[in-house]
Amino acid sequence: MSCIRSLVVSSLFASIGFSTAVTAQEMISDTTDRKQPLTTWGVQFEEFEYRYSDDDEELGVWNADAFYGTDDLKFRVLTAGEYGIEEQAYETLENQLVAQVPISRFFDAKAGIRFDTPEGPDRTYAVLGFAGLAPQWFEVDASLYVSKDGDTSTEIDAEYELLLTNYWILYATFDATVAFSEDREIGVGKGLVSTETGLRVRYDLVDRAFSPYVGVVHERKYGDTADFAQADGGGREDWFAVIGARIVF
Amino acid sequence: MKVYLVAGLLSLFISSLALAGEYDLTVDRVKIDTGDFVKDGIGYNGKSPGPVMRFKEGENVRINVTNNLDEMTSIHWHGLILPFDQDGVPGISFPGIKPGEIFTYEFPIQQAGTYWFHSHSGFQEPDGAYGSIVIEPEGREPFRYDREYVVQLTDKHPHSGDRIMRNLKMMTDYYNRDQQTVGEFFSDVSENGFMNTVRDRMAWGGMRMMKADVEDVHGFTGLINGKGPDQNWTGLFEPGERIRLRFINSSAMTYFDIRIPGLDMTVVQADGNNVQPVSVDEFRIGVAETYDVIVRPKDEQAYTIFAESMGRSGYARATLAPEKGMEGAVPPMREPARLTMADMGGMPGMDHGSMSGMDHGNMDMSSSGDMSGMDHSNMGSMDHSNMEGMDHSNMKDMDHSGMSGMDHGSMAMGKEEKNDPFYAKGSGLMPKAANGGKFLSYADLKAQDPLYEDREPTREIELRLTGNMERYTWSINGVKYEDADPIRLKYGERVRFKFVNETMMTHPMHLHGMWSILDVGAGQWNPIKHTVSVNPGTTVYMETEVDEPGQWAFHCHLSYHAAAGMFRKVIVEGGPESTQAKTDVIAEDGGEA
Repeated sequence: MSCIRSLVVSSLFASIGFSTAVTAQEMISDTTDRKQPLTTWGVQFEEFEYRYSDDDEELGVWNADAFYGTDDLKFRVLTAGEYGIEEQAYETLENQLVAQVPISRFFDAKAGIRFDTPEGPDRTYAVLGFAGLAPQWFEVDASLYVSKDGDTSTEIDAEYELLLTNYWILYATFDATVAFSEDREIGVGKGLVSTETGLRVRYDLVDRAFSPYVGVVHERKYGDTADFAQADGGGREDWFAVIGARIVF
Repeated sequence: MKVYLVAGLLSLFISSLALAGEYDLTVDRVKIDTGDFVKDGIGYNGKSPGPVMRFKEGENVRINVTNNLDEMTSIHWHGLILPFDQDGVPGISFPGIKPGEIFTYEFPIQQAGTYWFHSHSGFQEPDGAYGSIVIEPEGREPFRYDREYVVQLTDKHPHSGDRIMRNLKMMTDYYNRDQQTVGEFFSDVSENGFMNTVRDRMAWGGMRMMKADVEDVHGFTGLINGKGPDQNWTGLFEPGERIRLRFINSSAMTYFDIRIPGLDMTVVQADGNNVQPVSVDEFRIGVAETYDVIVRPKDEQAYTIFAESMGRSGYARATLAPEKGMEGAVPPMREPARLTMADMGGMPGMDHGSMSGMDHGNMDMSSSGDMSGMDHSNMGSMDHSNMEGMDHSNMKDMDHSGMSGMDHGSMAMGKEEKNDPFYAKGSGLMPKAANGGKFLSYADLKAQDPLYEDREPTREIELRLTGNMERYTWSINGVKYEDADPIRLKYGERVRFKFVNETMMTHPMHLHGMWSILDVGAGQWNPIKHTVSVNPGTTVYMETEVDEPGQWAFHCHLSYHAAAGMFRKVIVEGGPESTQAKTDVIAEDGGEA
């Protein structure tokens, strides 16, 4: 009996005039947001911290990025800087604007420009690189920079998180820069330029939006770069105690 | 047959004249108080959840919906069979309801049972825009009860739907607070040995997949009929009465494992359709599903309705009691669920070579023997649907050709194991009743009175459920809705849908407008549903009698998966004359095989 349901229903339609309700509505094309690429955005201060070095140097440091876009194309602004609190000057100040497209399941390619405006000479570079998640949960970000004068360098950045608990998180960061040509004016020698290694423990206090942390950071310069630094009255190596917060909106 | 037809026609005709119900719903901004937090949300008639809409089979309903929001809205009548332009999906059924507009839905009620309704616009449903529907049948029901309650569950989150979506897009594990920790590493070491634990972590890390990735959104408060665990919704009863509980899972993202310690539950209906009664101790309700159960508390005591989320990140709780204020014990939640390699079985091209010597103890295989070097990469097309009861004689459709080197003799499957055939063998999500008793399986669901004659399907359509957890993209056959052509069906055909879950998440697939005949291997007794849950690493079949013209939505009912692209439009071509004259728009849309 139930197999005849559609028959019954269609005759019911005819009898009470539902057919008009059906025809009154043309079949429409989906023009709602659902049919459009999902656009999303985010802002993240991976580092927002105070650093105190073994030679009593004090720095305010941040490393942040903001993105806007879809799965297929994102625009990302990155900014990182070190501000000498006594000197009242930016030791480094690096800004990037890159476009990012997926190239594999876990990696994006990126291209854009970098504009450095610290105390001293400015630099503008073209940026080409990739970023994503490597096996065993290493967040990797690698960039190739080419300056207006043709100086090239590469930077690789990796991060790994270890969950002590689901709220206490120990994480290690490693950043290395290699220059393929010397840029004496800004104190960069050819070869391995510098490394920065950090170990921090954070606590997710408000969701993942506000996570205070403490940690240690080791900065080291190598080869000619270290010599230039010493000649300019700086050091080859610094240890910092850091306190700060990761902030995500 | 003819007599039935005439009688049916007559009775429908008469009742349709007699019954024409008029109902009003307003869509409003509301405050939602869960006991844990208060938030702004969206509700109906000033409340979230909205009212219980009580209809009668055979009635023609007119429902006037007033949009008091400052944004577009819509109401989808989940599970109801109706003309497509009354189905309430903006962009597919109709343009939507503008702010300030009153939209009148008008359709005949052609079915009975427990259903629900919700907004199909943006994230209004997770924000609170849902209610329940109870349809009284024309005839007698094949079971008795003295009183009934709707038990509508949801996973109320302090964040708005928009914010949750954005956070998941930014950081897919934003809400997951049951991830594996250093502590779990050491407890695994003491259980399985150091090398096995390291290999296990390396295997998962190599895939960049998390064993803890069971629920995307933690941090919710489980509500029953709008009440949090502390607010404790209570249904009263007289000892000895039969109580019909109409469970509806209106969650955005959360499956619940439901039990009432001390009471047997007899499942009599699934997704609004009567099933042959099956007595269970516990059942899992997928997002958007409904189950009607009958319980008969004999003692003058309070009983706790306890609904733990599948991943154990939260729970809902209510009480059945002879008097207000009585409470039963609230059990603790069980350990968080962990996926196993079996749940990854559907992933194509996944090289499990690194699994050799890995601990298979988690995989529920009584004797893991000689499985080193076993290659799971060819198991993507493995068909679990016929594995009922794990009797290997029924597994003739299973392709073992790619599994050479795997010694089945040593696997000793089916030895007294109560495995649910709708889960991958050894799945970390395999349900187990808290009291060791009977846990409902899809395989237990048999139609009470089949709606359709059993017949051969006219064709098969394969839908691979795909996604990328790291990017939080979800898709069907690797294509998101924004890039997809509609699925085209022909009126009058019977289509067999083959769902292949290639992700590690469970997807409740909901086809609007037409019934999903779930293949549980029971032939003409296969149950009809509106939402079919497909577990990770499994293949599930359902058939659809294409008996409703128009265009319909077909999607994963997890709100953020649907919004991320696991969604399709289905176009039914042809049909009764009244609906045929509209092929012009359809022609523009292209088609998907």
